[in-house]
Amino acid sequence: MERYYQPEIECASREQIRTWQDERLVRQVRHVWEHMPYYRKKMEAAGLTPNDIKGADDLYKLPFLSKADLREAYPYGLLAKPLKDCVRIQSTSGTTGKRVVAFYTQHDIDLWEDCCARAIMAAGGTDEDVCQVSYGYGLFTGGPGLNGGSHKVGCLTIPTSSGNTERQIMFIRDLQATILCCTPSYAAYLGETMKEMGLTPDQIPLKAGIFGAEAWSEEMRQDIQNTLGIKAYDIYGLTELSGPGVSFECSAQSGMHINEDHFIAEIIDPDTGEVLPEGSQGELVFTSITKEAFPLLRYRTRDICTLTREPCPCGRTHVKMVKPKGRTDDMLIIRGVNVFPSQIETVLLNHGYPANYQIVVDRVKSTDTLDVQVEMTPEMFTDNLGEVSRRQAELVDGLRSMLGLAAKVTLVAPKSIVRSEGKAVRVIDRRKL
Amino acid sequence: MSLKQISVFLENKPGTLHAMTTALAQNGVDMRALSLAETKDFGIVRLIVDNVYAATTVLKDAGFIHSLTPVLGVMIPDEPGGLNQVLQVLDGAAVNVEYMYAFLGGADADHAYMIFRVQDGEKAAAALTAHGIRLVDQDEVAGL
Repeated sequence: MERYYQPEIECASREQIRTWQDERLVRQVRHVWEHMPYYRKKMEAAGLTPNDIKGADDLYKLPFLSKADLREAYPYGLLAKPLKDCVRIQSTSGTTGKRVVAFYTQHDIDLWEDCCARAIMAAGGTDEDVCQVSYGYGLFTGGPGLNGGSHKVGCLTIPTSSGNTERQIMFIRDLQATILCCTPSYAAYLGETMKEMGLTPDQIPLKAGIFGAEAWSEEMRQDIQNTLGIKAYDIYGLTELSGPGVSFECSAQSGMHINEDHFIAEIIDPDTGEVLPEGSQGELVFTSITKEAFPLLRYRTRDICTLTREPCPCGRTHVKMVKPKGRTDDMLIIRGVNVFPSQIETVLLNHGYPANYQIVVDRVKSTDTLDVQVEMTPEMFTDNLGEVSRRQAELVDGLRSMLGLAAKVTLVAPKSIVRSEGKAVRVIDRRKL
Repeated sequence: MSLKQISVFLENKPGTLHAMTTALAQNGVDMRALSLAETKDFGIVRLIVDNVYAATTVLKDAGFIHSLTPVLGVMIPDEPGGLNQVLQVLDGAAVNVEYMYAFLGGADADHAYMIFRVQDGEKAAAALTAHGIRLVDQDEVAGL
């Protein structure tokens, strides 16, 4: 049976959602115009006033915000409420220099936690569940967001935060945790550790996992589901917009419902900025229509994905985004070919290797080299050198057909690739570009 | 009648073989035979030891990927044509030898031992025994 935290919103008619979006966008643009001089200047430069935005159809007129704006406006330039009305900040490290600092009023926190509560109930959570939150608590949004959502659902919440794998497993077993929230790479690591301890899936009390904050493949989902004996759900979000819960998966496990009563999603051509028709692949852009303190309009996420409004068997009416292939930030350009780490992960798992891998990119004599380092496992090892080499060669072939370029595969010792308790470090780029 | 060979995965870089022998030495595992096959970036060490259980436990605890493979330990007269005779029997029985290596030390000065990894161990063992060639078992190896 499908469960909803706010059924009247999550299953509202498309007309109703559209009406909310129209009204809230108009109000938000006025709020931003009056309280965020940084964006007002952008609107003025584009020859716009709030009167030009009469509804969601006019959204395309508004200027974009990007990571570069966040850096330029750091720390208070995108704040639209007096500091005395704000109760929290969260922060994320940018890949290039300055951190992103986002501000929240109590109202903003409430709405964010509602979004996380929707995600937990969509994963089957109720007030009878024990929800272990193994995302980092602190500046990172993962821990605080899911913690708040878990409280709203009424789960018994175990705030383990990240790290100390032994203690994580102790709580899962001793307190019979039924829902696990963490990054997919940490879920895989917990699964690997429990398997080594000799625990079979039926001895692990977990039934569902809510995993996000990094791109992961469908194959990795299957792997985690099998090892932990759970259903694994994806959750998506950005600190810039609130945190996890901007969108989340339902029982259909085929894309994440965007909370359209709070965010308007668009897909644009990343080169021209033009809005693309529904179903096209492009860069995901979000407009926050309910946030007070840090209301970003047309924020470019750099995530490449597609949107679909096809009816979902779960009954939710909000638009779904397919699992992003990765951020444009994560995308590597190797010998002119676009490569996402998630593509490499897919090939590894399809060939029976674990998702413990690292990608080393270098430039030798002005040619890019791609070295995929993957850990040897007992399952993949035999005494026969020819057989091990043959499997290695198959992997090279698999990578070539997936990526369209030649990669080297290096088999490394088990546990030699550092395990992450938060976001996994997959790529080491040694090129001096 | 076969021996248990321990095959260990090692990265082909300085210190990995030493790390493995250190773990075995510290736990008093005595090696009877060893061979190493390598590629540019990894290698497989094949070991015959006195105590298989102790060795595999040590390797597992030290984080080495390993597997057990049945191999034949063959006693060969230490004289011209000794190995040739063994291979002739295997050839006659149409048994393919995947790899083979020599054994250190023996019970007497007249014989050498060699380890054979073949595709059909039972067939090979039967053929060798039928031709009066002696195979050694795990207990015998432990006692050497």
